[in-house]
Amino acid sequence: MSDTSAAAHPISIRGGRIIDPAADIDAVMDLHLAGGAIAGLGEAPAGFDAQQVIDATGLVVCPGLVDVSARLRQPGQEHKATVASETRAAAAAGITTLCCPPDTLPPVDTPAVAQLIRQLAEERGHARVLPAGALTRGLDGEHISEMAALKLAGCPVMSNADRPVRNTRVLRRALEYASTYGLGTFLHPADAYLSEGGMVHEGLVATQLGLPGIPEAAEVLGVARDLALAEQTGARVHFRGLSTARATAMLAEARSRGLPVSADVAAHQLWLTEDAVAGFNADAHLIPPLRTAADRDALRAAVAAGEITAICSDHQPHEPDAKLSPFPQTEPGMSALETLLPLVLGLVRDEVLDLCDAIACVTANPAAILDRPLGRLQPGAVADVCVFDPHARWVVGEDTLVSRGKNTPLRGIELTGRVRWTLLAGRVVHEG
Amino acid sequence: MIAPTPTQQEQAAALQLDAQGNLKHFLTLDGLERSLLTDILDRAEGFLGVARQAVKKVPLCRGKIIANLFFETSTRTRTTFELAAKRLSADVLNLNISTSATAKGETLLDTLRNLEAMHVDMFVVRHADSGAAHFIATHAAAPVAVINAGDGCYSHPTQAMLDMFTIRAHKGGFEGLTVAIIGDVLHSRVARSQITALNTLGVAEVRAIGPSTLVPARSEEALGVRVFHDLRAGLRGVDVIILLRLQHERMDGGFLPSEHEYFHLFGLTDKRLGLAAPDAIVMHPGPINRGVEMDSSVADGERSVILEQVSNGLAVRMAVMSMCIGTQNLWLHAAGQQPPAEVGDV
Repeated sequence: MSDTSAAAHPISIRGGRIIDPAADIDAVMDLHLAGGAIAGLGEAPAGFDAQQVIDATGLVVCPGLVDVSARLRQPGQEHKATVASETRAAAAAGITTLCCPPDTLPPVDTPAVAQLIRQLAEERGHARVLPAGALTRGLDGEHISEMAALKLAGCPVMSNADRPVRNTRVLRRALEYASTYGLGTFLHPADAYLSEGGMVHEGLVATQLGLPGIPEAAEVLGVARDLALAEQTGARVHFRGLSTARATAMLAEARSRGLPVSADVAAHQLWLTEDAVAGFNADAHLIPPLRTAADRDALRAAVAAGEITAICSDHQPHEPDAKLSPFPQTEPGMSALETLLPLVLGLVRDEVLDLCDAIACVTANPAAILDRPLGRLQPGAVADVCVFDPHARWVVGEDTLVSRGKNTPLRGIELTGRVRWTLLAGRVVHEG
Repeated sequence: MIAPTPTQQEQAAALQLDAQGNLKHFLTLDGLERSLLTDILDRAEGFLGVARQAVKKVPLCRGKIIANLFFETSTRTRTTFELAAKRLSADVLNLNISTSATAKGETLLDTLRNLEAMHVDMFVVRHADSGAAHFIATHAAAPVAVINAGDGCYSHPTQAMLDMFTIRAHKGGFEGLTVAIIGDVLHSRVARSQITALNTLGVAEVRAIGPSTLVPARSEEALGVRVFHDLRAGLRGVDVIILLRLQHERMDGGFLPSEHEYFHLFGLTDKRLGLAAPDAIVMHPGPINRGVEMDSSVADGERSVILEQVSNGLAVRMAVMSMCIGTQNLWLHAAGQQPPAEVGDV
């Protein structure tokens, strides 16, 4: 895969509703691609000779989706999934760029691992993979990593995955060091002591089921500490996966004071609540946990207000055995690449966002968080395109998911919105 | 777009009952109606007489194999389940799993499949993880029955039902009763099951009494209790006092500063017992920590019904096991595999 592949023949996508939030475009027109880049919108450029025409009548044409957090499980956990299997699923989901957390085995704390992941992705050519670099060596939370080298190896951001850095002094130094090289940092806000051993939101369902809870305060304390450090160091901090109403309020307050902080939310957090755990449903065992309806509504409001700017999949595919145990023994996380777009489109139907803003949350906004000029359809931009049918219905299930991971609490649920074509750097990588 | 998830109660009912509302598994009291709980108590009443017969056996589970699957050690519960199964004429396998299969890395599901291959008809399961009994019942091949003998902090339904049996024997019923549950509600599967049973059977009020560290989040709404942090206020006028076992590992400063301070604030003494109704009874699921949860004089006093609870445990477990086996026989009959021999009342 190369972004300027000469092999990408000229393609015209005709008659679709083009939505490009970065340029504030929402209009029915044609889109022309050549040489891996956007060649033009509307009338074909002079001398453009389309070798393939995609009829997008009745469909939406938008930038390829950008997902700030999707685990691919390679290297180290190939029994769960591989770069090949999950980038194939990403293509089916309209996702052309994804950032994978550094908690592979070994973790992405050396350029070699980052290069391996990128190489595996490039060989397959289904999606562009940007591995987040480990913020600390071995994700140990004690020693800062060789961030400059990781940046050169293609890591757009630094992250300690979902392992909290317990030592605040180490985190401070890590943020300072990352900002020296212009690197943003992804932080999963959680107080290590309050979240330790927890499995579900500390609330009604945890109390009824006798499961160890993670209190709201764990996230609130994490956000408070990390905001103080962001302010102290001036570092660019991105909160990965907020789950509580209180955290969204603190984020909004910090942003109103001009702090360079951003946040995302996993799409399922905008729909599901702790109730999904009823019946000891291991597929709803997620970290951060599903919280209350009030939290979900506050997260939706924060997305609507533009405080949370990105919606991601937080994809965590598992082998079936990982969920085939009593709830406390199961591994957290859900397979979520392919439900991302339908869940985001559902927010439009629920009038949380208009279609253009919804698309921005999965294209231009996350691209900005990853500091990459992606997620746009302006002439000259990389021709990453998603063409989807906003009305097509499908049922989430083992047969319909491309991902190796079939672990999702949305199994059996009918969703609306299906990707028809995905183009990566001007080449069709999915047609469905 | 996404319909609300069925509640725990709805899901538990669907898992435990067949289409006619017969008990297939006994995993939790969540989702079970008052009439069914009353049936269990009535049936247990009938079994009390078996102990007084010269031949202490009834043939309700003859030819059935019942496996006691104890992933956590237990003496009393396992023994009463074994005795209950034998009195029902079943063959009993005792498997102490904590020292065998899982220690070798076998998954719970593999252990289950192996035992199924031996044609076990009923599993009695104790496990350290909340939801373990649900898990086994979900994955057990029909018509294998699963009885929960305690899972994690979630449920211990036979213990709760024997406590209900004891309360009914002393109080004649449940209407109008105020019941105080004292101690470590947070970690107690017994308390969760008792609270559900008491509310389902229609008591006037269930009180949970303890320090905030041992009363779980949003208990009033989640469990249906009134929370008291002051023992004296909580005991006032109650008809039944249930003390919970306090595990030693909670008393090292993590949840409680010391045994001494706990007893000082929440230990039941004769004097404090005087605050309750004059005919209040004192219960404890055992084993007792004398001088921590209560004074010896209370444990051995005339209000204590602790040993009765143990005797009643046998009858209640016979009732539940025979009901589940009865449902299993109906299933086998419908599947053409066996006539419905010996189904029905005692």
